[in-house]
Amino acid sequence: MKYTLKIWRQKSPDEKGRFVTYEAHDVGSGMSFLEMLDSVNQGLIAKGEEPVAFEQDCREGICGSCSLVINGIPHGPDRGMATCQLYMRRFPDGAVITVEPWRARAFPIIKDLVVDRCALDRIMQAGGYISANTGGAVDGNVLLIGKDQAETAMDAASCIGCGACVAACKNASAMLFVAAKVSHLAILPQGKPERTHRVRAMLEAMDREGFGSCGNQYECEAVCPKSISVRFIANLNREYVRAGVVESGLPAEPESPHAESA
Amino acid sequence: MMKLDPKIPVGPLETKWDRHRFSEKLVSPNNKRRITVIVVGTGLAGASAASTLGQLGYQVECFCFQDSPRRAHSIAAQGGINAAKNYQDDGDSVARLFYDTIKGGDFRSREANVYRLAQVSAQIIDQCVALGVPFAREYGGQLANRSFGGVQVSRTFYCRGQTGQQLLLGAYSALCWQIERGQVTMHPRTEMLDLIVIDGQARGIVVRDLVTGRVSIQTAHAVVLATGGYSNVYYLSTNASGSNVTATYRAWKQGAAFANPCFMQIHPTAIPPGDEHQAKLTLMSESLRNDGRLWVPKMAADHRPPGDIPAEERDYFLERRYPRFGNLAPRDIASRAVKTVCDEGHGVGPGGQGVYLDFADVIERQGQDVVHERYGNLFDMYNRITGEDAYHVPMRIYPAPHYTMGGLWVDYNLMSAVPGLFVIGEANFADHGANRLGASSLMQGLADGYFILPYTIGHYLATAKLLPVGENHKESRAALQRVTGRISRLLNAKGRRTAASFHREVGKFLWDHCGMSRNKAGLELALRSIPALREEFWRNVAVPGSGEAFNQELEYAGRVADYLEFAELLCHDAVHREESCGAHFREEHQTADGEPTRDDTCFAHVAAWEYREHAVPILHKEPLAFEFVQPTTRSYQ
Repeated sequence: MKYTLKIWRQKSPDEKGRFVTYEAHDVGSGMSFLEMLDSVNQGLIAKGEEPVAFEQDCREGICGSCSLVINGIPHGPDRGMATCQLYMRRFPDGAVITVEPWRARAFPIIKDLVVDRCALDRIMQAGGYISANTGGAVDGNVLLIGKDQAETAMDAASCIGCGACVAACKNASAMLFVAAKVSHLAILPQGKPERTHRVRAMLEAMDREGFGSCGNQYECEAVCPKSISVRFIANLNREYVRAGVVESGLPAEPESPHAESA
Repeated sequence: MMKLDPKIPVGPLETKWDRHRFSEKLVSPNNKRRITVIVVGTGLAGASAASTLGQLGYQVECFCFQDSPRRAHSIAAQGGINAAKNYQDDGDSVARLFYDTIKGGDFRSREANVYRLAQVSAQIIDQCVALGVPFAREYGGQLANRSFGGVQVSRTFYCRGQTGQQLLLGAYSALCWQIERGQVTMHPRTEMLDLIVIDGQARGIVVRDLVTGRVSIQTAHAVVLATGGYSNVYYLSTNASGSNVTATYRAWKQGAAFANPCFMQIHPTAIPPGDEHQAKLTLMSESLRNDGRLWVPKMAADHRPPGDIPAEERDYFLERRYPRFGNLAPRDIASRAVKTVCDEGHGVGPGGQGVYLDFADVIERQGQDVVHERYGNLFDMYNRITGEDAYHVPMRIYPAPHYTMGGLWVDYNLMSAVPGLFVIGEANFADHGANRLGASSLMQGLADGYFILPYTIGHYLATAKLLPVGENHKESRAALQRVTGRISRLLNAKGRRTAASFHREVGKFLWDHCGMSRNKAGLELALRSIPALREEFWRNVAVPGSGEAFNQELEYAGRVADYLEFAELLCHDAVHREESCGAHFREEHQTADGEPTRDDTCFAHVAAWEYREHAVPILHKEPLAFEFVQPTTRSYQ
């Protein structure tokens, strides 16, 4: 099979980018999308040209490195998978395929299809953790966590931090990412003591990084390789409102054994 | 002359670690903030070590080549993490986890290290729970366990099929906290390219900023390497494409010893290789062997579709050879059995590299829904990659390089042969002997990072005499020169072959001659051929672009250059080890029915290799004394 690729090339953050057309020949149906790009790159290197820069690492959909917008959709046409899990048999022979980087103000382009996603790390550093020292933890079974609760936390925690949610959103909002992180810890008893500070700090960091606000259109959920539900955004909003109430000094909910620290 | 003292504390096994910890010197809190420690790598071992050292008050400079510390390859571990909690009350204990690990490693690991690993395993689970890791739970709220890797107790904790991801996100969140507190400075997209040794002590590293291309010197009081394994020397492996040997290999050239490099785990159940463009092998979880049956056609080169081959014309080779364990034989044994039937011409699929993993019986017995519930995500993954429906056509699988038991030699304190250079996680050699059991790599990475290194490094920092050093020290400048010299050599070769083509070639060579089974003639052939390939690489490699910019091909070519040297070390080790043990199978050393024969008289030692410029590396032997267990023959028949 062969394909025509229109790939975004941009030498550096300061230079203007443009689409460049390449032909991919002799593409086997068993080839993955990234292997197809590899083979285009091998041809470019052999000719002494610079290969197309793109990110990838585990190639099994878990590290969150890959970040391609394929025919206008982050991670390509299929739901619930990352770019590295996409295979060429998904495209008809002779198809024209456009490949672009994530586009968002908070994700500046480094080169070609590679963007800087450190903004997501900085949101995590603002509060996406439980302040627990190494050593001295109580036995894991002292905290009883119901199966449903553990499963819901796991649904949220399975976020791979790729940023497709941001790339798909017309406001470039990182709400699904922040919602997944806040919900994962807010659902679990271990995360309760810091929940008020956490949701505020993470949302402030999100705004500071230049991500937009949520428009409730659910593109994020549609492209999420782990199919993380927008219900977590509702949960994030609830956490945020709750934080406001707690801050005002009114009791937000009855005392629980894992009540918040002062 | 290098001297390797394992520094194993004397006395009863059960109290070695406690007594050792008490005898260690501490660093006073005021002094800790004046001490800088470099941590390279942010997988389970690196992230847990960096965050714990930050919490203790050291200034930590932490490096990873990925764009975020959360993307280190620990993230891809599927199955689970072992711990001797005995929550199931099925007879588990520290002693049993210790024994299983020693035996699983075919009696080629240190008793004291493995016992300590089993001791701290329970604390790891508690620590991870405290950090918010959402382990699977029972309805009553208690932690759930599954059995794994052919042991007889249920001691594996898990988060669906994404345990590595969740444990790494836990360690990463602890790291985020320390970054926020200013204790850890994180340097993502920064690759370590050399080690700086001053007055015999590791005092810094040379790094390249992968965005700007700037090469710089980082000095510190000690250096910790947590840079993972080297399975990618085989080109095709289950590892992420960025995983590489460069950091440990360059440290080896500066005086660290490399131990047991030939101990290389080949995982039996990966999706078979396809065409030459294939970039990686995808692992299908070992858990599939709980219900799937492995078979090949009895007749060689039988190209009938699997459904047309009647039961009596099928060879269920694991059940035939190992009736007691059947399809659940350990990884090394199962991989070799697959290779044997394929080599005899019974393999299925393209190139005859594959065997069937068939679920027809369990589907008939329990229904497709049950199988879907258990393995649905794996069947989907298989379908996505191969385009085949494993509910109706058996899967095809073939072994793939997966994990490296070998690594830099370390003593009981996890310090390498270079004082001040500590090595943790998969990057060291310490705990798995000649074969690793399932669900124990996550355990080892976190044990080293959270609970062992933070103690042992303190003693070194409290007792070593560390003079101030800086960027302008002559050893720092020399290391910088080595790095810039290599970079310009790569860019100036201006040849016609891509780095990937060399990588593929050396990988295939190793796979053919130093893979699942090895013999002297093949290894010697490899040792003769690799230098020629390396010579061609430096003459004919094509690396476009500049060194002062983001240049992925330059990063990759540097790693391939190291594989081309490291491959030779791997073969030297495999030639020397004239026995078959664990994952290392020498064809000359087997019984009449093809079972490995271990030689405890001549080879009960760690083979630690010392680098020599332009010469064959020097072998040092650290004898393995078994005071508490008696080495026996591993039999699964």
